[in-house]
Amino acid sequence: MGTLSRDTVVSILLLLFCGFLIWAGTQIRDPQFGELSPAAWPKAVTYVLTAFCLLYFLQSVRAGQTNAPEADPDRQPGLIGWVRYYFNPIACFVLYFLFLLTLPFFGTLVGGILLVFALLSLLGGIGPKQIVLHLVLAVVSVGAMWSLFTFGLRVLLPRGELFQSF
Amino acid sequence: MIENVLLAIQDLATLQTLLLMTVGAMAGLIAGAIPGFTIAMAVVLTLPFTFGMEASQGIATMIGVYVGGLSGGLMSGILIGIPGTPSSVATTFDGFPMARKGDPGFALGLGVWSSFFGGIIATVLLIAVAPQLAKIGLEFQPWDYFALIFFALTVTASLSGENMIKGLISGALGLVVACVGEDDINGVKRFDLGNDYLGEGFAFLPVLIGLFAFSRLMADVRVTATARKALSDMQAVRVRIEHKRALKTIFADWVNLIRSSFIGVFTGVLPAAGSSISNILAYDQAKKSSKEPEKFGTGHPGGIVAPEAANNATAGGALITMMALGIPGDVITAVMLGALLIHDVIPSPAFIAEQPRIAYAIFIAFFFANFLVLGLQAGALRGFVLITKVKMYVLASIILVYCGIGVFSLNNITNDMWTLAIFGIVGYGMRTLGFPLAPMILGVVLGPIAERWLSRSLALSTDPTEFLTHPWSLFFLTVSVFSIGFSWYQRDRGKKAWAFWYGPLFLIAVTVPLFMMSGWVRPFLGAALLLFGLYSLTRVPRAIRQL
Repeated sequence: MGTLSRDTVVSILLLLFCGFLIWAGTQIRDPQFGELSPAAWPKAVTYVLTAFCLLYFLQSVRAGQTNAPEADPDRQPGLIGWVRYYFNPIACFVLYFLFLLTLPFFGTLVGGILLVFALLSLLGGIGPKQIVLHLVLAVVSVGAMWSLFTFGLRVLLPRGELFQSF
Repeated sequence: MIENVLLAIQDLATLQTLLLMTVGAMAGLIAGAIPGFTIAMAVVLTLPFTFGMEASQGIATMIGVYVGGLSGGLMSGILIGIPGTPSSVATTFDGFPMARKGDPGFALGLGVWSSFFGGIIATVLLIAVAPQLAKIGLEFQPWDYFALIFFALTVTASLSGENMIKGLISGALGLVVACVGEDDINGVKRFDLGNDYLGEGFAFLPVLIGLFAFSRLMADVRVTATARKALSDMQAVRVRIEHKRALKTIFADWVNLIRSSFIGVFTGVLPAAGSSISNILAYDQAKKSSKEPEKFGTGHPGGIVAPEAANNATAGGALITMMALGIPGDVITAVMLGALLIHDVIPSPAFIAEQPRIAYAIFIAFFFANFLVLGLQAGALRGFVLITKVKMYVLASIILVYCGIGVFSLNNITNDMWTLAIFGIVGYGMRTLGFPLAPMILGVVLGPIAERWLSRSLALSTDPTEFLTHPWSLFFLTVSVFSIGFSWYQRDRGKKAWAFWYGPLFLIAVTVPLFMMSGWVRPFLGAALLLFGLYSLTRVPRAIRQL
């Protein structure tokens, strides 16, 4: 038996997700009034999604590896190869989640500067000249954005505990 | 009407609004010119700024960006041979060869003026058609509305690419996302798993920005070497746009201009068929009807006029559908619809009648934006050259943070920033796996509306055959069924026997609801279609034998 194609794996994952949605649909409370129960629409949508996913699964099994997209020569097999291939997006997402987690402490201004600086250094490389350039870019861009939203659009951006004590 | 026009002008003719529209148009021009930066992304990024504005002011700014973006794509297409947006793909076919032959000023002139005239023709059609279409929309009952939304979703999925099943899954996923949280009718929490964050549901705009902008930025920076490159290796250019010569050529080729503009408007009216399709369709038609088709692709003026007139006119078509029926024609009008909803303005067939001030402000803003963009092109050209020197990773890093701050400003809650990141991952995953995002976005926008109309129709009658006995509902359901088969039809057209039956059967099928409609015009149209369909049907066996 050959290996499963990427589409088959994705369709199986989607079917599992549909199974979860079908279960979650049964947990929706029914207030017993109105013609359309609150669960009816989500259930209908879930069944439609499940039907499409089943079709996708069958289509992918029938096509096998023949319709598989051409493998990128830069991409190595295995989990490490996958992580290397998608390193930049993964690292960006991790940095963004770190920014969100630390937002209550750093606030938007400092957190934003740190995030932009980290992203610039991650994607643009680290060197003495680049560090200075990235720092300046981070301070100027986030400072301008923060000022625009705070003073121009009157948005109360999270200030952060760091600044609460001042 | 005149009173409404004057009130709308009064709303727009403030220094602040004009300035915002100018900045928006300039930003759109430059964003549209940057390869890899779509117009939808530019409009999405403008959105956070519009939260604090008046509805008409916010929409006017977004229209400035939209029209600017449509015109901006031609600059990079002509000067560096890389279309700034998918709307300008066909412009490069003749624009770039003409520029390489040493005539970039003329090529730009043709592009700039064709865009302008395309936009003006679309405005005229928008003003003429939207209120009429809205009158038809007023005939719609809940069943018809539900069927219309069903049609919009199926046609979006079927036009979304090679693999239609992925488009359908994407659309259904959008509907599921829209179900999360409290339902509008009973206030019952759905798919919340006892979690407060899920119980609140996902705000539409963070989902949209995450799916579209966040994921796009991640795709742009995946390869480090590409991320560290400047947006283009273009050197400073000194090009003078040749206005007079371009105008003379365009007026001489007025049939091409008008035909292409109509193609653009018609494509824009169809849900999901945006300017990325219209520019190629118009180019193809211009080539077929030209006396010198062999010169297309070598720097023929008609090859620039057609796509540029069509892509700008598409915006007018998309606005017609949004304003007359409350259905977004594409991602950009979905964003605008979202912006209107924030201001408690709900586009529907009654929109023009109930909110004439905003409706006419949209007409006027669209009209004015075309003049604004025309005047700003020369300045934008310089800005474009400057911005192409910026490296992708710099732009991506800054925009990423901007997305977060912008999303926060919507409801002043950090949950929206989490939603942005989560849907950024979802969007990136879907992009990587080849799932189109437009159906999902439309699913998120249209899901709650569809549920509301379904609920209203069931409140009136629980009989499901009502969907088949109401002519407009039957019409949209019939078209939906055929639209699902459209991508297979395109694949097998001229190759397999079944595809020969598709067109005639479609024509015959749509006559049924047309005959059910009142008056004489629509049944007459139905009779004409029936005759043509039957005639086409008789030719099918011969066509199959020739296979």
